[in-house]
Amino acid sequence: MMQAADAPLLEATGISKRFGGLTALSEVSVTVKRGEIFGLIGPNGAGKTTLFNVLTGLYRPDGGEFVFGGVRMTGMKPHRVAECGIARTFQNIRLFANMTALENVMVGRHVRTRAGVIGAILRDGATRNEEAAIASRARELLEYVGIAGRAAELAHALPYGDQRRLEIARALATGPGLLALDEPAAGMNATETAELRRLLERVRGDGVTLLLIEHDVKLVMGLCDRVAVLDYGKKIAEGAPVEVKRDPAVIEAYLGGTVA
Amino acid sequence: MSLFFDRWQQLKRDPRVVWAAYIALAALLVALPFVTDWAFGRAWVRILAFALLYIMLALGLNIVVGYAGLLDLGYVAFFAVGAYFYALLASPQFGIHLPFWLLLPLGAAIACTFGVLLGAPTLRLRGDYLAIVTLGFGEIIRIFLVNLNAPINITNGPQGINLIDPIKLGGFSLAQTHPALGLSFPAVYNYYYLFLALTLAVIFFSIRLEDSRIGRAWVAIREDEVAAAAMGINTRNVKLLAFAMGASFGGVSGGLFAGFQGFVSPESFTIIESIMILCMVVLGGMGHIPGVVLGTVLLVVLPEALRYLGPLQQALFGRVLADPADLRLLVFGLALILVMLLRPSGLWPSTVRRRELSADEDVARQEQATVYDASR
Ligand SMILES: Nc1ncnc2c1ncn2[C@@H]1O[C@H](COP(=O)(O)OP(=O)(O)OP(=O)(O)O)[C@@H](O)[C@H]1O
Ligand SMILES: [Mg+2]
Repeated sequence: MMQAADAPLLEATGISKRFGGLTALSEVSVTVKRGEIFGLIGPNGAGKTTLFNVLTGLYRPDGGEFVFGGVRMTGMKPHRVAECGIARTFQNIRLFANMTALENVMVGRHVRTRAGVIGAILRDGATRNEEAAIASRARELLEYVGIAGRAAELAHALPYGDQRRLEIARALATGPGLLALDEPAAGMNATETAELRRLLERVRGDGVTLLLIEHDVKLVMGLCDRVAVLDYGKKIAEGAPVEVKRDPAVIEAYLGGTVA
Repeated sequence: MSLFFDRWQQLKRDPRVVWAAYIALAALLVALPFVTDWAFGRAWVRILAFALLYIMLALGLNIVVGYAGLLDLGYVAFFAVGAYFYALLASPQFGIHLPFWLLLPLGAAIACTFGVLLGAPTLRLRGDYLAIVTLGFGEIIRIFLVNLNAPINITNGPQGINLIDPIKLGGFSLAQTHPALGLSFPAVYNYYYLFLALTLAVIFFSIRLEDSRIGRAWVAIREDEVAAAAMGINTRNVKLLAFAMGASFGGVSGGLFAGFQGFVSPESFTIIESIMILCMVVLGGMGHIPGVVLGTVLLVVLPEALRYLGPLQQALFGRVLADPADLRLLVFGLALILVMLLRPSGLWPSTVRRRELSADEDVARQEQATVYDASR
């Protein structure tokens, strides 16, 4: 069935996740519209990364449902989630450290390509073409995020900011409809953050919806169309950045967090 | 010094030099049995043939451990499966005598199936747990071979299977001496050349696999399984594929072993063998084909060479001071420890890994490491 253009791309309802006695997420619902940049903020330990892990299949939720592009995705394995079009980056950078930058991005194409063992050994025309397409797309993406000059370097030898970009390039290589970024600006200086912001706007312009966890308030307020605020695993606010910023519950959550 | 280095780099890129090097290498490999026989005796040609068998095994394990990063301590089981498959279907044991060209691919397929069977339940485990379970599986196979002589005698138990058919290619029996080109080719030579051809094929497969979509997926899983899954790699299937490929290399090697020896028994497939093959992979440089080949050759040749410690003492001191068998193990162990201390990533690691350990990048790397660790 065709999806209406304004139908939500991602709809999570009542997601709960417990770790032993700790409720990391309690009945969280979020709706992300096609083409928007949706921010997810909240104090440390609020459950933002946990929500990402649930959405990308790394954790199985204890309750709730989520639907992406009209497909029910609850409990799907991570590789299936990626196949369905959700790609992500990690808060603690998880590159393939001993592969080159180019190879990292090439791995991202895995899910959109087919060659198997026989193709690898025979290296027939179809396989050669596919390999060439993988490599050229990977180069394009390195160029796109601005680290083309570093293609041959090992991922772990890249400067920190470039590692963050490389993770974005690798995620984009999977051809996602939704790109989920877990604190992409963490550890970046002001210049790098500004560049990142331009990059993310460009990604959105190219038709990819963005879900963004970020602590950098300026970046979130400037970039996001809507934000949701998590605190102790509960959603305490949602709306346009300006409204959310004024919300007493949000102010309380952040101030409370600082004072305690 | 750097001038010399630059010159070397230039030479390495010149296609004529590369071709000349390949031709020289080919000539060397072809002449090797003659030279070895002449210089060290026939026994050493046999050792060369064994070295080739072990290279196939080590390259198989290299896929599992070196590329996919799955520590398999029971790899010898696949060698055993290949060897017994050949032994049972080409010996008086059941009176079946299948031809070699059929046995070789079938042996690979059976070992491959065993790889999947053993892999499917165990690959959920990671690291140490996987190592322990594969170790157990390796032993189970061996114990089966010991005990499958009752109530129906299949494997002949601990005695093993004897009188296995020598390998025949069409009407050409490898077990006979053949005259050609004015030279005579005794059995070991023939086996050497067959094993050489198959080893080259295995090396070719490894090179192709390494630089492919599947090879990258293996390495990605080794580097970070969670990230690999999040990038859309079906980690379970891709790991199973590594197991299956590795196992089929082992199966081929096992079949050749059975035909070459004419005899198999469970004793050849103990845990020590698995560990030995793992040492071959690690010593040379995990995940790097030339390194694995080098490591294997060293580990096959070194223990044999150390047998001469007895005669050497005799010559030096007039009598044997220390039992050469004990001394051999001691020297062997010391050599391994030294290598691991001095060259932790192997004797001949891939350029990638070498770069990782090179000194000029050390500072940058440490900076990077703190970022990595702090955020983990
Ligand atoms: N695998 C896990 N096992 C047990 N507890 C966990 C696990 N993952 C997260 N938690 C706990 O769940 C809570 C939410 O963690 P989460 O990482 O989602 O927070 P966050 O909002 O991403 O915080 P930060 O801004 O620091 O990244 C924390 O209390 C954390 O300790
Ligand atoms: Mg987090």
